[in-house]
Amino acid sequence: MQLNGAQILLHCLKEQQVDTVFGYPGGAVLPIYDALYDSDIRHILTRHEQGAAHAADGYARATGKVGVCIATSGPGATNLVTGIATAYMDSIPMVCFTGQVGTALIGKDAFQEADITGITLPITKHNYLVEKTEDLYRTIKEAFYIARTNRPGPVVVDLPKDVMERKIEFEPCPQEVNIRGYRVLKGYNSGQVIAAVDLINNAQKPVIYAGGGVIISNAAAELRELSELRKMPVTTTLMGIGSFPSNSYLSLGMLGMHGTRYANYSIGEADLIIAVGARFDDRVTGRIDSFAPHARIIHIDIDAAEIGKNVDIDVPIVGNVKEVLSAINQRLSQVEETSEWHEMIGRWKDEFSLRYGTSSDGRIMPQHIIEKISDITRGEAIITTEVGQNQMWAAQYYKFKHPRTFLTSGGLGTMGYGLPAAIGAKLARPDLPVIDIAGDGSIQMNIQEIGTAVQYKLPVIVCILNNQFLGMVRQWQGLFYGGRYSYTDVSQQPDFVKLAEAYGAVGMRVTDTQEVDNALNEALQVTDRPVIMDFWVDREADVYPMVPPGGSLLNMLGGE
Amino acid sequence: MNKKHTLAVTVENKPGVLTRVTTLFRRRGYNIESLSVGETENPTISRMTIVVAGDEKIIEQVTKQLYKLVDVIKIVDLTEERSVERELILIKVKADNNVRAEIVQIVDIFRARIVDIGRNSLIIEATGDAGKIDAIEDSLKPFGILELVRTGKVAMIRGGRP
Repeated sequence: MQLNGAQILLHCLKEQQVDTVFGYPGGAVLPIYDALYDSDIRHILTRHEQGAAHAADGYARATGKVGVCIATSGPGATNLVTGIATAYMDSIPMVCFTGQVGTALIGKDAFQEADITGITLPITKHNYLVEKTEDLYRTIKEAFYIARTNRPGPVVVDLPKDVMERKIEFEPCPQEVNIRGYRVLKGYNSGQVIAAVDLINNAQKPVIYAGGGVIISNAAAELRELSELRKMPVTTTLMGIGSFPSNSYLSLGMLGMHGTRYANYSIGEADLIIAVGARFDDRVTGRIDSFAPHARIIHIDIDAAEIGKNVDIDVPIVGNVKEVLSAINQRLSQVEETSEWHEMIGRWKDEFSLRYGTSSDGRIMPQHIIEKISDITRGEAIITTEVGQNQMWAAQYYKFKHPRTFLTSGGLGTMGYGLPAAIGAKLARPDLPVIDIAGDGSIQMNIQEIGTAVQYKLPVIVCILNNQFLGMVRQWQGLFYGGRYSYTDVSQQPDFVKLAEAYGAVGMRVTDTQEVDNALNEALQVTDRPVIMDFWVDREADVYPMVPPGGSLLNMLGGE
Repeated sequence: MNKKHTLAVTVENKPGVLTRVTTLFRRRGYNIESLSVGETENPTISRMTIVVAGDEKIIEQVTKQLYKLVDVIKIVDLTEERSVERELILIKVKADNNVRAEIVQIVDIFRARIVDIGRNSLIIEATGDAGKIDAIEDSLKPFGILELVRTGKVAMIRGGRP
């Protein structure tokens, strides 16, 4: 049959079982939008291309499927860049289609031309510029394959306008993807699995350190089995939150810079660390030479380049986390008793539980709001965050139970991520409440997407923890820059309630601790539009405990 | 210990692949000492010979990161292998009548060739491993080097692979 490039693209999307795409039209993608006009693929029109990228990312994180976004050439494509980098740092499968000027104009500095494959080269798993309509089918198939296999990541496919317009005789063929420089990793070294089992069986003070890889490979059940078989405590990274139920007695919560004291102390005391789908990021390890000084380390990861990148590993296992964990679990016998190790951790948990003081200015404590959201939704909501104090309080105080329910920009730390990601997540999981925990600074970076949520009648809830500061930066200025608060006062801000109403959303202001419960319950009743909740919080509340940057995990500030 | 490693990297012969490889080196903070690229016997495949300095850990990281590039097919570290290494150099050296004979002697000793004769200069071509190339450069320096260009190393394993 005769199809043009844009029709072939949509054929490919159907073949990849894509039901939702996020995008924004423009000159170079007119052929694609013309084809979308007849398609039953749901296209969500965001208000900015960055919103489209984050929404596709949120959709991917909530489902595990490949997120898809479309932007036009030039500024449309460059507006995706932050979203692509966000997905890349957190290993999120995405395929981003960008329009490009016609092939005859490439390199001529044509109107709205940008070298997007060049620009995104270091922030994509791979990218393509499609030069012939004949190459389209194979390229798109490869793009999805690369995005979702091994360690996932974003792939950009740049589509010149004439390639989209040209008609060719198109025969869909079911051929397998075969890329000679890219092989999907199968299996693992079973000798290393046996070595790991041996270390586990002989460990007195083991700690499991679980990262985002557990969630990506859908291995939460295997992780839980590993922990429960040997009664091994589990700490997670920011990206690993949700991979292990926080209400388990074996949960240590998050580790690292704003982790719990007991998680960090456990790492300091452990004789065995089992790192699962994690990458020893600086925010996790603190000073690298004092990380886990007494421990041997097992590192399980699908990406061989992560092994030995930051710390030396005793037993490396390259493989799919789910497969490797189940192989280890099969070789482990159950232990019943809890040991001195648990008593030691139990004492730390009693002494150093997460806590916060009372308000200094009579306003609501932000941590209290997170606790209330956690209670009211019983840990069953999808929580997205912006970046900064709001993100850390959400990580610390929400009691997550399930994987794919905490969507946050962990690696890149992208302010403005939470609202568009919440839109993507709500479209993917309309059955769950979706709440963006925001700061008054971050939310203004992509607040235009509230218009998207109104248009598609998406009842996402934005909880602004409004302290009228860029709180995390200000916290560092207070701690490490002698209280020289340079440009972190953002008290010049819109009336968020009026702003919500102007967009057609529900706006609520909450200034009293006593009102938090009712307000949240009221917001959760809204079913046909988004809600912006402007919580006036203690202006001086900071995130504790804290490992100062470059310090040892054992030397934490606050939370005693 | 920092040591120079010669990596033979087989890649797809496509536009942009060189950029992908060099960008990776820059981004990860590794320095390329020399790089040469050319098509192989299979026109869809190019071969890069990359010389990079670093300890074992750095070379391991470089290799693993390179393997993550979809367009990289294979990497062989030729440093520990029995391999033939060659580099080509062109040197334009000052040469008036008084010193020409002396230069010709040096050229003979190194089995190099004179490929151009100008009124006051000679262009000399030499091939060999890095040591020989350095030596000929040093020997000609006293006459006054006007211009110099080196290709960067290419390398190949001797005999059949075990």
